[in-house]
Amino acid sequence: MDELLEILRDIQPDVDYEHCVTLIDDGHIDSFALISLITSINRVFDAEITAEDIVPENFNSARAIMDLIQRLSAE
Amino acid sequence: MLFTSFSFLLFLALLLPAYYCLGGRRQWRILLAGSLIFYAFSGWRNLLYIGATVVSSFIATTRMANLLERQETYLAEHRLSAAESKSYRRGIKRRRLRWLIASLAVNLGILAVVKYTGFAADNLARLLPSGAAWETGGLHFLLPLGLSFYTFQVVGYNIDMYRSKTAEATERSVFRLALFVSFFPQIIQGPISRWGDLRQTLFTPRRFCADDFSAGLLRALFGLGKKLLVADRLLAAVRTLTADPAEFYGVYVLVAVFLYAVTLYADFTGGIDMTVGIARMFGVRVTENFRRPFYSASIAEYWRRWHITMGTWFRDYLFYPLSLSRPLTRLGESGVKLLGKYWGRRLPVWCATMVTWLATGVWHGASWNFVVWGGLNGVVILISQELIPLYKSFHARWAFSNTKFYHAFQVLRTFWLMCFIRSFDIYAGVGLTCRMLLSVAARFDGGRFAAAGLSPLGLAAADYVIAFLAVGGMIIVGRVQAAGAESRFAAPPARLALCGALAVMTLVFGAYGPGYDARQFIYNRF
Repeated sequence: MDELLEILRDIQPDVDYEHCVTLIDDGHIDSFALISLITSINRVFDAEITAEDIVPENFNSARAIMDLIQRLSAE
Repeated sequence: MLFTSFSFLLFLALLLPAYYCLGGRRQWRILLAGSLIFYAFSGWRNLLYIGATVVSSFIATTRMANLLERQETYLAEHRLSAAESKSYRRGIKRRRLRWLIASLAVNLGILAVVKYTGFAADNLARLLPSGAAWETGGLHFLLPLGLSFYTFQVVGYNIDMYRSKTAEATERSVFRLALFVSFFPQIIQGPISRWGDLRQTLFTPRRFCADDFSAGLLRALFGLGKKLLVADRLLAAVRTLTADPAEFYGVYVLVAVFLYAVTLYADFTGGIDMTVGIARMFGVRVTENFRRPFYSASIAEYWRRWHITMGTWFRDYLFYPLSLSRPLTRLGESGVKLLGKYWGRRLPVWCATMVTWLATGVWHGASWNFVVWGGLNGVVILISQELIPLYKSFHARWAFSNTKFYHAFQVLRTFWLMCFIRSFDIYAGVGLTCRMLLSVAARFDGGRFAAAGLSPLGLAAADYVIAFLAVGGMIIVGRVQAAGAESRFAAPPARLALCGALAVMTLVFGAYGPGYDARQFIYNRF
């Protein structure tokens, strides 16, 4: 989780990632930031997040993103 | 059959009672029959194009769903290791991908051949030696009604079904899929609906609901008013201004782009109001396509509020997959090595943004004007994106930049910037558009406008007064909608009074009849 929070803060520093559950819905992460985020996650976690996984529920909170990473690595 | 024609009124007058009286579980079939009749009025041969789209998509998506079902059964019956299971899923996914590619090839192939062959042939002919004549006129096909819109809608459906984790989402009736593709209120100019949204409402059996019907009628009449009171009236002035560039240069270019902005807004949002309203008269809820775009403070925000379903389509089905594609990911990795972390990571997003906007331009029309139009939108959005840190420090340092006056300045700036970009939509040729824009600076000639005003544009003073008052009405309604105060007019007497007033105003002051051409919606040509 700490690694993910580091990536998120690197891309968009002014957000309370530990509590925010509306990262996409409230526009804290826009399309540009989202692409940087996914590229970094895929590199650091050796994950395979693709365009198919880009739905707000998967990216609205740090917890949801972590769940997605774990789900994909389990598949 | 135009939405603004008496034949369409007659069509609705026959279809609505049939829909509600003969309804029940077969209601959607009445809608399908109505949609096919409506479509056939545009030329029965067009039914072949839309038929090919429906059948090819139906075959491909049901095959994809069958493969998904087979996978579920196989995995349930066989105890595989994690690696074996992953390998099996990958194999099935590859086969599903082949069906997707085949379907996209058919659907985008029809769009490419019908819409772009003439443009491609014209450009090839220009490359030929001057002595070699090549007649390209026969390669300019007549566009089937709503081709760009329904193709994108069905492509979205195909991709969604490929991405779906379950087979249940796939439509197993070719006729229901045909209704999704051909639903007549939205076939002319969208919105580009998603299967997941429209299926929730399109096939539901329903009884006549006075509330839905009156709300839909009011919305449709409001759209009709926008079209006939403002758009069709002002379009005549825009055509006069752009048909004679030698006469209407300098200050008149500003008049042309301003009037076109108002015309296009009234035309397109009017059409969408009619679409949403007519659909609601049948109890069907269609996605909204606008959120007061002229109140946007930036171009990026404008595109999140104008033709929303097109923007989200390009984002979900082109921008995201392209940004995360292997070639662009590799480009990013190479960029990080060469240019450092900050700039290298941006390369894939820049490329994907430019490709997406160029494609958006080409979707709008087969001409270099729209290529430049798309490119300009992409460049402005990228520059704005890169300047965000600067904007943040600017707003933190200067208190005035956080006032409503500064916001008003941002809104005006965005409006005029879009007006200039949109000028590529109204002048014939990139070179001419550039010359006309340059004439604003080089030969402004404000004195001519001060002397002649709007009189050379072919409209009477009364036309401008009606259009001005109607635009005032549009602004007020927009503010009422934004404040969520529509419920004040939800009581039947208030709605009835508003419907009556709108119908009378449109009948008395609308631009139709002798002296006016009945016009299709501007976005229909895209």
